[in-house]
Amino acid sequence: MADSAAESTAERRSPAAAFAARFEAASAGGGLRLAEIPFLTQINLRVDPKSPAAERIGTAIGVPLPVEPGTAAGGGDLEVLWLGPDEWLVVGPDGAGPGLVERLIEAADGEHVSVVDVSAQRTTLVVAGDRARDVLAHGCALDLHPRVFGPGRCAQTMLARAGVVLVAGEDGFRLLVRSSFAGYVAEWLLDVSAEYVAGG
Amino acid sequence: MLLIPCPWCGPRDEAEFHYGGQAHVAYPEDPAALSDEEWARYLFFRDNPKGLFAERWSHTAGCRRWFNAVRDTATNEIHAVYRVGEPRPVTA
Repeated sequence: MADSAAESTAERRSPAAAFAARFEAASAGGGLRLAEIPFLTQINLRVDPKSPAAERIGTAIGVPLPVEPGTAAGGGDLEVLWLGPDEWLVVGPDGAGPGLVERLIEAADGEHVSVVDVSAQRTTLVVAGDRARDVLAHGCALDLHPRVFGPGRCAQTMLARAGVVLVAGEDGFRLLVRSSFAGYVAEWLLDVSAEYVAGG
Repeated sequence: MLLIPCPWCGPRDEAEFHYGGQAHVAYPEDPAALSDEEWARYLFFRDNPKGLFAERWSHTAGCRRWFNAVRDTATNEIHAVYRVGEPRPVTA
């Protein structure tokens, strides 16, 4: 292709960048806020939770690895999400990847640990506001009531048949969606939120 | 739709799981010593009870762990779930 050189130097574009204007329009009513947080650093971490390496990693990043299923722990600009009994997702700000990987590997100190930068795998969508639960309930079978799924909880589940990591926050939810599903999930969110936006 | 209680994540929709067939089929001690018939029996022959059946499930859309469940094949009622490596619990 003639323009391949131009593409290789092109600005990077987040998977849901094309939805920014429609997200903003849907958020105008006030009852719901949709947005994308692009380019967050995501590190997949696998380590035996009972090993000394797990403890050292917790100390090194300032967040003890949460061992209770479906919980998230935060500290500083990092958040650690429980993905499985020996698997976590460390989420940090854009650009933190290489440094974070280095810190994790250093803390592992040669023990049997897997650290993989998967930042490009998913993008983050925000579904916040009073109507956030109603919107997600259209396509998610989980009980999202704050008594069960309040701040500090996270889950890998299906939203409208697409695999997502769902993270509960103080003011709503974040969805970590695979890049190739981001367009579909964004369209689905906009479609579902129509009734809440129109009604005010 | 079944509601399957993953031993890690709690109750989730059946659509989040993959089925793994009969549980507790042990790999032969010395596979090379088996006759063709014995090997075929290990590979292909499975129980098909009407009633309680211990089977493997994988929570593919969640924690992606394999676990075992005791399900009543006649009623689809799940009587117990337990993690890999744990013995089959006693069920009525």
